[in-house]
Amino acid sequence: MATDLNTLANHLTDALQDGVVSLEERLGELTLVIGARGMLDAMTQLRDNSALGFEQLIDVCGIDYSAYGSETTEDGRYLPDGEMSAGFPARFAAVYHLLSVKHNVRLRVRVFAEDDEMPMLDSVTAIWPVANWFEREAFDLYGIVFVGHPDLRRILTDYGFAGNPFRKDFPLSGHVEMRYDADQRRVVYEPVSIDPREITPRTVREENFGRQ
Amino acid sequence: MAEIKNYTMNFGPQHPAAHGVLRLVLELDGEVVERADPHIGLLHRATEKLAEHKTFLQTVPYMDRLDYVSMMSNEHAYVMAVEKLAGIEVPIRAQYIRVMYDEITRILNHLLWLGAVGIDLGAMTMFFYTFRDREDLVDCYEAVSGARMHAAYYRPGGVYRDLPDSMAQYMESKVHGAAAVKRMNENRQGSLLDFLEDFINRFPKHIDEFETLLTDNRIWKQRTVGIGVVTPERALALGFTGPMLRGSGIVWDLRKKQPYEVYDRLDFDIPVGVEGDCYDRYLVRVEEMRQSVRIIKQCIDWLRVNPGPVMAENHKFTPPSRESMKQNMEELIHHFKLFSEGMHVPAGEAYAAVEHPKGEFGIYLVSDGANKPYRMKIRAPGFAHLSSLDEMSRGHMIADVVALIGTQDIVFGEVDR
Repeated sequence: MATDLNTLANHLTDALQDGVVSLEERLGELTLVIGARGMLDAMTQLRDNSALGFEQLIDVCGIDYSAYGSETTEDGRYLPDGEMSAGFPARFAAVYHLLSVKHNVRLRVRVFAEDDEMPMLDSVTAIWPVANWFEREAFDLYGIVFVGHPDLRRILTDYGFAGNPFRKDFPLSGHVEMRYDADQRRVVYEPVSIDPREITPRTVREENFGRQ
Repeated sequence: MAEIKNYTMNFGPQHPAAHGVLRLVLELDGEVVERADPHIGLLHRATEKLAEHKTFLQTVPYMDRLDYVSMMSNEHAYVMAVEKLAGIEVPIRAQYIRVMYDEITRILNHLLWLGAVGIDLGAMTMFFYTFRDREDLVDCYEAVSGARMHAAYYRPGGVYRDLPDSMAQYMESKVHGAAAVKRMNENRQGSLLDFLEDFINRFPKHIDEFETLLTDNRIWKQRTVGIGVVTPERALALGFTGPMLRGSGIVWDLRKKQPYEVYDRLDFDIPVGVEGDCYDRYLVRVEEMRQSVRIIKQCIDWLRVNPGPVMAENHKFTPPSRESMKQNMEELIHHFKLFSEGMHVPAGEAYAAVEHPKGEFGIYLVSDGANKPYRMKIRAPGFAHLSSLDEMSRGHMIADVVALIGTQDIVFGEVDR
């Protein structure tokens, strides 16, 4: 990459000052964590500050950290482990991937939603219009509410879908199945008839497994 | 004066010009589009959720089914993300093979795009021309992986196997007699590289033929010039990548700017548009095919003279050879663990992006040290492009919406995931 990450890290701490919760470089990628309060100011800085200049938002990704480091049973449920999930300040987060075409550099910004029951974050659609659909997707799949979004609707799931399918407590096989009922002459929804199963259970290994 | 009301029209979900299952709710004033509201998700398969319940290797075939006209490019982003997290060094020969197949994939994608958009905008012949050439390229897919579309050829650590020394032959049938079969097999006598080189030598001439049909065609220009103009500033704000961004005049290509694999050793140019309309995006894509031909030529020349391994040797992540597996106890255990429990990728997060034929295709992978990803996010270029359809189509005629969807190069496998 053209601009090296140390220079960028310095520019970031200069521009955001105490807005930075943490800043870490790993695998050649810079990850910035900022607080949910005042995230709009920080994001505007990221775009408009000429030393940063992240004019493009590449991706917004919702994450549910509640099962981090857990193993699964044979029916695919996550075992309550919680050993590693204690390391995260909240259950839900949105991860923004930014790209500066001018400086040819990337940045990952993570914002944790403070409330686990009702995760809410500020919408960045006013800063990057492309966030519109990405935020609708995170709202649909994780139930993260983006305050100030002009049109927060479900986007990927079916019309009339209930629940947030990508949350870790939502089973892979879902809750309802659909079939055509010849008597009623319409499509009906029923509770799923298949038993959930996991062919290869999830197992976690020690830290440096496989490193040569 | 009669009262004039806006008219709302449903376009799709089953419409030949929608390139898949797109339901588009159009608010019209006469024939002019006032607002477009794409309803997507009709092909949503929750690939990202499925990946959380599959081992790292089992997710590779799901990648093919995202953007099902550029299969290997999708795999490439995924295996690069796994390799980044696991710290695997890919052998140089495998990198060249990947680059060569990425460019074959780019030509495959642009050919299908050209044929499909041609039909949408009234140029029927294009479809037959482009599918004639696609046939040879899917044969190359078949030769290395056994599958003509969903190859699953790239694996974390390299590629599944080395390039074959011989090509499959046509056999005599009721339809094709001995003379015809002999003619059809003429360029299949040598190795895969010979077959591909023969194609590469023929193909630039074919691109000239496509251009003869379209580039100066009055109808084609009337349908595309000045349609869907996007300024460079808007293109960045709307999250455009790939040919869409370059069509608007921004010099940005991950192969040049953030080179991965061996792209920094290869010689090629980046075509850029001027106006940012549908016609420029068409010209950019056609020129990209010519550049891909150049890259493939260089890869063929290198691969001919440089034999070597195509898979990394770290058997915690890559399978051992069948031969050593049957003689060595440790290799046997590695093989068994790899294909039952799967590989354990170290905890962390990584984002890997490739210059996919449609734009920037990225995989954001979060691992907690288990044998399955904790979270995988697919950054599909088509998703960002389609979200701008509302802005791009406002004030255009309804027939132009077809041209817009066409030049955005939408494929629903990746938009809906």
